[in-house]
Amino acid sequence: MHKEPFLKMSKRDHIGWQKRLLIRIIALVLALIVCAGVIFALVKMNPMDVYKAIWDGALGSERRVWQTLRDTMVLLCISIGLAPAFKMRFWNIGAEGQILIGGACAAAAMIYAGDAMSPVLLLIVMFIASMIGGMIWGIIPAVFKAYWNTNETLFTLMLNYVAMQVVTYCIVFWENPKGSNTVGIINQATQAGWLPELFGQKYGWNLLIVLVLTVVMFIYLKYSKQGYEIAVVGESENTARYAGIHVKRVIIRTMAISGAICGIAGFVIVSGASHTISTMTADGRGFTAIIVAWLSKFNTFIMLAVSFGIVFMQQGAVQIASQYGLNENASDVILGIILFFLIGAEFFINYKLERTKK
Amino acid sequence: MKKLLAIGLAAAMAVTMAAPVYASEGEGIAKEDLKIGIIYIGDENEGYSAAHMAGIDEMVETLGLDDSQVIEKTLIGENEACYDAACDLADQGAQIVFANSFGHETYILQAAAEYPEVQFCHATGTQAASSGLSNMHNYFTNIYESRYVSGVVAGLKLNEMIEDGTITEDTAKIGYVGAFPYAEVISGYTSFYLGAKSVCPSVTMEVKYTNSWASFDLEKECADALISDGCVLISQHADTTGAPTACEAAGVPCVGYNIDMTSVAPNTALTSASIDWGVYYTYAVQCMIDGTPIDVDWCKGFAEGADKLTPLNEAVVAEGTAEKVEEVENAIIDGSLHVFDTSTFTVDGKEVTTYEKNGIEYISDGYFHESEYGSAPAFDLAIDGITSIVEE
Repeated sequence: MHKEPFLKMSKRDHIGWQKRLLIRIIALVLALIVCAGVIFALVKMNPMDVYKAIWDGALGSERRVWQTLRDTMVLLCISIGLAPAFKMRFWNIGAEGQILIGGACAAAAMIYAGDAMSPVLLLIVMFIASMIGGMIWGIIPAVFKAYWNTNETLFTLMLNYVAMQVVTYCIVFWENPKGSNTVGIINQATQAGWLPELFGQKYGWNLLIVLVLTVVMFIYLKYSKQGYEIAVVGESENTARYAGIHVKRVIIRTMAISGAICGIAGFVIVSGASHTISTMTADGRGFTAIIVAWLSKFNTFIMLAVSFGIVFMQQGAVQIASQYGLNENASDVILGIILFFLIGAEFFINYKLERTKK
Repeated sequence: MKKLLAIGLAAAMAVTMAAPVYASEGEGIAKEDLKIGIIYIGDENEGYSAAHMAGIDEMVETLGLDDSQVIEKTLIGENEACYDAACDLADQGAQIVFANSFGHETYILQAAAEYPEVQFCHATGTQAASSGLSNMHNYFTNIYESRYVSGVVAGLKLNEMIEDGTITEDTAKIGYVGAFPYAEVISGYTSFYLGAKSVCPSVTMEVKYTNSWASFDLEKECADALISDGCVLISQHADTTGAPTACEAAGVPCVGYNIDMTSVAPNTALTSASIDWGVYYTYAVQCMIDGTPIDVDWCKGFAEGADKLTPLNEAVVAEGTAEKVEEVENAIIDGSLHVFDTSTFTVDGKEVTTYEKNGIEYISDGYFHESEYGSAPAFDLAIDGITSIVEE
């Protein structure tokens, strides 16, 4: 005997932005309620106190606000870099490597050319070097993909490890003191190659560079011919070919852009924040950015919000760890639950559930 | 948007605490006004940071402070996160900030320059004296002393193994799991080796590096490799229980670092060379209370109780170890025994009579004056009897 299910699922033809927003807000609220339950069940603490501590950790003082903004900009920059590649359905798992190479190029310029040129020129050289470094790291797998159809997921992933070894090798020459495996702050006395203050703000330039990229990438993907080509190649290579698009060229060009922006992220980290280089410079952010890019459907302004949300939670994590002695993993649990609900919300945006008619 | 941010900021400022209390010149800070910040590279799951945490707890108890006066930040990397953490602690009103990892130093220097009224103390570092900042301090302990004594424990065990025929004099080879090939580690394993050699003259040692301070897997692999290379006893300068875990499985005796290893190696761990950081923390915070300056380079050893061995594992150590340990400790304390006595080792077959580093002559009166001119270890000679394998 065949039984009709109680609920029927069907794809939505259209959904208004208000409804879409409502679904997301409901998801977020549900996520916070579940988190509260988990926190209380595990550590018997008032969840509101924990939420307040997270808020404090991310935005509790002017310095913390700027730290949160600075880290948001880095994550956003990487996500912007990944967006065109993923829109083309090119699985660029290699942002980590592209950041590291970009960062290493910036560090190299700081170390070897720190005294040789004016501060402004040095910064320009570092910026360009990082961009080119990241670009090369992006083009290599793109060429192999375009001409020999190699698997780009594996290729870019492996290049991360190569980049890590390259940085390890460089550290042998740059470490201070010898054998300690740490480079320390580069040009601490002269501050050569450090991004200067902008409008009296230490991280002003980080903000400016990344926000410009945000706008440019938004326009590029949405309104330019090249952006359209990326979308077509992503949907179907055959269609693209039929439409007269030079697929190989689009793949290589797009990955050059993707790698270059990740390289710039390396520059922003090294020149604008850490002033050092290590294998931990990228610190997994190249992978986190994949989530950011996908959750935002490649809309760079939504990426801004998503990056902020993730960094907000990470900064909050430091605070709950120090204030309540909760391990920082506690905030990963919270973030995981929130992401689960937000990604789950996509289902309700794309599909509707209806009660089966009798 | 900007307005919103401004309002948010103002609100946030309002809830954060009132202005911190700083001491004026030569005056102390009342005990109840003290706020202490500390930055750890790891957390309670990592031996080295756990030892520092125990030291902080000891200080809080000794001085009768309240737990809420200590703000701890764990898992802080050796990058801008360290600078952020240091400034944030200062913003929260901490008058003294400690940081425990070598790579934190340049970031602490950066923060120290920005907060001249806050005292910054950095463990294992080398740059306080040369930085010209009066609020920057380095601290460490004469860990080479406890390593030497733990080496004696190892040497006695080797003698026992030679006597009962498990090994011969020629095969008495120690394996050493090192972190990175620089002075702190070299000084450590050399003192350990000299301790072993003082009771077991035929001993040799092989050193392998993991190029990581704390990696359970790498340390375990490294210890396994050393054991299969013919090492009959293992020691370590790395922060996890990886090496003793390998030793317990292989039945090879081992000497740990930082923490008692008997929980993971009940049948093979002899003892661990360890540091009591509480001695320094108590000293530094007491200085804040008294309003006296903190040493730029602080380095103490057995005599002050800053170095110690974890309890000997009576089931494994050779007979008579406890007595010998006490004898050697006393000799170190009364100054009759110098760990780096130049008559006890050779470099390329010759005794070393002079060693200059950064313009300082380290060898005089027949011994290398370790940790006397700076708190961080300086001994980095490659002495005979030790082979070190550097691989990237």
